Amino acid sequence: MFRNQYDTDVTTWSPTGRLFQVEYAMEAVKQGSAAIGLRSRSHVVLACVNKAQSELSSHQKKIFKVDDHIGVAIAGLTADGRVLSRYMRSEAINHSFTYESPLPVGRLVVHLADKAQVCTQRSWKRPYGVGLLVGGLDESGAHLYYNCPSGNYFEYQAFAIGSRSQAAKTYLERRFESFGDSSREDLIKDAILAVRETLQGETLKSSLCTVSVLGVGEPFHFLDQETIQKVIDTFEKVAEDEEGEAGEGDAEAAAAPAEQGGGGAGDQDVAPMEM
Amino acid sequence: MTKQHANWSPYDNNGGTCVAIAGSDYCVIAADTRMSTGYSILSRDYSKIHNCKADKAVLSSSGFQADVKALQKVLKSRHLVYQHQHNKQMSCPAMAQLLSNTLYFKRFFPYYAFNVLGGLDEEGKGCVFTYDAVGSYEKVGYSAQGSGSTLIMPFLDNQLKSPSPLLLPAQDAITPLSEPEAVDLVKTVFASATERDIYTGDKLEIMILKADGIRTEVMELRKTLSECWQHTLSIVLIRISTLGSLCYLELCLKFSCVVNRFSFSYL
Repeated sequence: MFRNQYDTDVTTWSPTGRLFQVEYAMEAVKQGSAAIGLRSRSHVVLACVNKAQSELSSHQKKIFKVDDHIGVAIAGLTADGRVLSRYMRSEAINHSFTYESPLPVGRLVVHLADKAQVCTQRSWKRPYGVGLLVGGLDESGAHLYYNCPSGNYFEYQAFAIGSRSQAAKTYLERRFESFGDSSREDLIKDAILAVRETLQGETLKSSLCTVSVLGVGEPFHFLDQETIQKVIDTFEKVAEDEEGEAGEGDAEAAAAPAEQGGGGAGDQDVAPMEM
Repeated sequence: MTKQHANWSPYDNNGGTCVAIAGSDYCVIAADTRMSTGYSILSRDYSKIHNCKADKAVLSSSGFQADVKALQKVLKSRHLVYQHQHNKQMSCPAMAQLLSNTLYFKRFFPYYAFNVLGGLDEEGKGCVFTYDAVGSYEKVGYSAQGSGSTLIMPFLDNQLKSPSPLLLPAQDAITPLSEPEAVDLVKTVFASATERDIYTGDKLEIMILKADGIRTEVMELRKTLSECWQHTLSIVLIRISTLGSLCYLELCLKFSCVVNRFSFSYL
């Protein structure tokens, strides 16, 4: 899409019935580094690519714990994602306080979607520039949802968002039918393989990806680097060399500097240089 | 024209007693399990102890249990927020300050809760914090709150207080007692309080916190003023009923149930 006279503010419709500002917000999601989610009947795995703004800085945190039974992976403006995660956490705590039971995932995504919609219908606001992959477990089983800046949400068996996510999506499309009955270990392996697809040639190291798991009898938690490395070793036979593709990372960072503004120090959720 | 007083109060006192003792590497928190209202018993098996799941911090509260429940829920939610923000659990001194702030927040419509917070501090030493209803708190070596506190506190002072208040400022030192000795002291203290406080009794729940985990013990306490009388009564009633008819036996059983619900009975 190109610049036109109907894209100045979010409250202007185009003659063809489009809200360009909302569509531009969806573009912002594509600028962020990849985030991937998959689910089986009993588990949900969220994985993301750790992209650091420069060799000197730490990578940004893209996966957040919302509650023991819900996690979220973001792509796009990380600052917006952080604010929305804080909102999700407070929704989960309030629900737990009032009803003494965990917040059903479907309710949470509706709250999020309504919140996003508000920003598409106020002239003094802008849409959130972040896509959220919400994975969670409730009475009706394991769920994975994708929340758009437009205020729409969809349920998925597996999905990928962010830059070069198409490669991951192609991989997931080939394999998704088997995910429902996958074991936890196979699901994690598929997630890491999907992450590898987005790297497109770059050698996969455990330091390049963050993986989180939640499921029946297993509260949300991150996998440590050793566990991830072991899974990588089962399928990576090529010796890894130290060449990190920071060059590609910089090109994307230059295109959307705002989203990287948070950085490691400003993010209150993670210790600096967390690897 | 005398001032009219309210015929309804938002508060009620559900009775009960809570005690905590701090040791060099442990902390003992104990409370009875009787919940009463007026002269009636609501439950003989209600726990007044709440595990904050913070880094070894356990809260025990007597007073109005509805307020206690609400207070526990608020603390639980605030603790979750802390964990999300700091990526770690709250320490016991941090929880102590949070509890104080939460109580003072309702300074003009207080939580009718008399709290004792026990746990291990950052160095692994036992710590006990004692509160009033509006959040004034102090770190101490031992404390008792609730209906039996006036019976228990003087005895704990006698056993645990620093022995030379004249020479040094009296400091509630962490007791040099070992953990089994402290647990024994707690059991003794509750057994005595149960004798004279009608609101304390039934069962004693003890939680022992150490660096490697939390252990729970439950001990039976006196249920009525005279347990032996209750036993004798039941034997006498059964003897009479074998002579009489079945409906007489039923009547006797009903009577003993009624006796059960009174915290003291003129027997």
